[in-house]
Amino acid sequence: MKHIPGVTSAPTTDLPVLLPLDRTRARPPEAMMVSRWLAGLPAWTPLPLLALMLLWPLTAEAAYTYGQAVDALWRWLPFLVKSGFLYNVVISFLAMAIGTAAGAALGLAQISQIAAIRRTAWFVTQLFRNSPWLVLLFIVMLALPFELVIGDTIISIPDWTKAVFGLSLPIMANISEIVRGAVQSVPSAQWEASEALAFNRRQILWMIILPQCIKRMIPPWMNWYAILTMATPLCSLLAVEEIVTLSRQAIEAEDNHPELLVPFYSFIMVIFFAYCYPIARLTVRLERKFAVKL
Amino acid sequence: MTETAVQPPAWTPDQPIVAIREVRKAFGELEVLTDVSFDVMKGEVVCIIGPSGSGKSTLLRCINALIPINSGSIQVEGQEVHSPHLDKLALRRKVGMVFQQYNLFPHKTALQNVMMAPVHVLKEDKAEVEARAYRLIRKVRLEGKENAYPGELSGGQQQRVAIARSLAMNPDIMLFDEVTAALDPETVKEVLVTIKDLAAEGMTCMLVTHEMGFAREIADHIYFTDRGIIVEHGPPATFFTDAKDPRTREFLSQIL
Repeated sequence: MKHIPGVTSAPTTDLPVLLPLDRTRARPPEAMMVSRWLAGLPAWTPLPLLALMLLWPLTAEAAYTYGQAVDALWRWLPFLVKSGFLYNVVISFLAMAIGTAAGAALGLAQISQIAAIRRTAWFVTQLFRNSPWLVLLFIVMLALPFELVIGDTIISIPDWTKAVFGLSLPIMANISEIVRGAVQSVPSAQWEASEALAFNRRQILWMIILPQCIKRMIPPWMNWYAILTMATPLCSLLAVEEIVTLSRQAIEAEDNHPELLVPFYSFIMVIFFAYCYPIARLTVRLERKFAVKL
Repeated sequence: MTETAVQPPAWTPDQPIVAIREVRKAFGELEVLTDVSFDVMKGEVVCIIGPSGSGKSTLLRCINALIPINSGSIQVEGQEVHSPHLDKLALRRKVGMVFQQYNLFPHKTALQNVMMAPVHVLKEDKAEVEARAYRLIRKVRLEGKENAYPGELSGGQQQRVAIARSLAMNPDIMLFDEVTAALDPETVKEVLVTIKDLAAEGMTCMLVTHEMGFAREIADHIYFTDRGIIVEHGPPATFFTDAKDPRTREFLSQIL
């Protein structure tokens, strides 16, 4: 390889103009990295996991045979999918729906002409975007009551609805940033041209700016959906019934045989991969398709 | 607080349609317009020429209140543009503007680009606007391109759609901001022909341009700006041959 000072080795100059760009500063770590990485994996990625799932029980001691371990896994699979993973999907759907609606509103508030609204929206966005998801979940879990008493009727709030709410908060904040970024990515000349045609601000935003950038919001939005889905097992720490919680219970029901741990958790990884991988592939494809110059 | 309703004197067509008085505009420290005054009469075609950064485009943007001025006065049909009580939307209905980069709405067809403002801003009847839009597109010699998206049109074609879009609002004045500067030499002519047609119909036009031959042919009056002031002005016949100021002469010698 050709030796280029400053590229393949440390620069030898002290002229500031030739110093290399500080790439970590120039480009913040992008959320889209998750989808790009996932989509870049080969489709056979889960095969080693599947192999692990089936081979690990070979380590079984005499007391617990390979056949018994595989049999246990086989028995529990339908239950784990139907009563477990399905809940992960439902939680992710609902959290995404709430987060998208709230995030769109918050994102538009971030570009409001009223400074108080703009700053508040910015603060809320930054707060929820940069907080650890688990902490948000715990706060929501503990801050919300477990039941509402209105007169004589008692409405109980199940844990999983609180989990949905807790997960929708960081989604809201990240969607807010997507909306703000997309609106600001439309060249300001579009605003100028619309203003010159006597459109008012609301008309410009809804009729001219948003229709142009809605497409480029879709890939990052899907990216956040994949991240959210992969984050739903966090709910197991709050005892919400989903796949990880149920797997743990299943292993306990099988007398906590240590041979079962790796197969069960490998299965969880495989099923998440099977669900998120197509989404990531589609996300990256759409991203390329929509990467049009205005 | 007493609110005295100051009724502006009614504007009559014998008065200047655009009256610019001692306009000063600075972006922070950078003074772009130092002291600009001139009048434009109805039906007049005025060309503003001058070196880059001399404030030509800024002046046009001040006329339809896209950017505020620091001091001075700009009146359009007797209405003070600088006034805090200005109805910006009413002003912009009277003043059409065409930009260097066309700025068509990329998600709308040529026809929709032309129809949008009359339908949604003026709330005019859609069928009427559509008929007018077809007429305007024919006028800018683009019949057959009604359903093309901006991305499917050449620069010159896009610019002519932009002119039609602006005309659809039935403006009294048209501002052209270096409308041919981003075009290929072959397509410049088709845009200039369109503007010439407009001027011939009696539209009041203010053009910022680098096309000296065109300015000479079309303008009733030419203003030369340099560093925020009008250095020299006159009708094209004398302006190009008989420039007094050394700065004008230098500029013309470089460009002609």
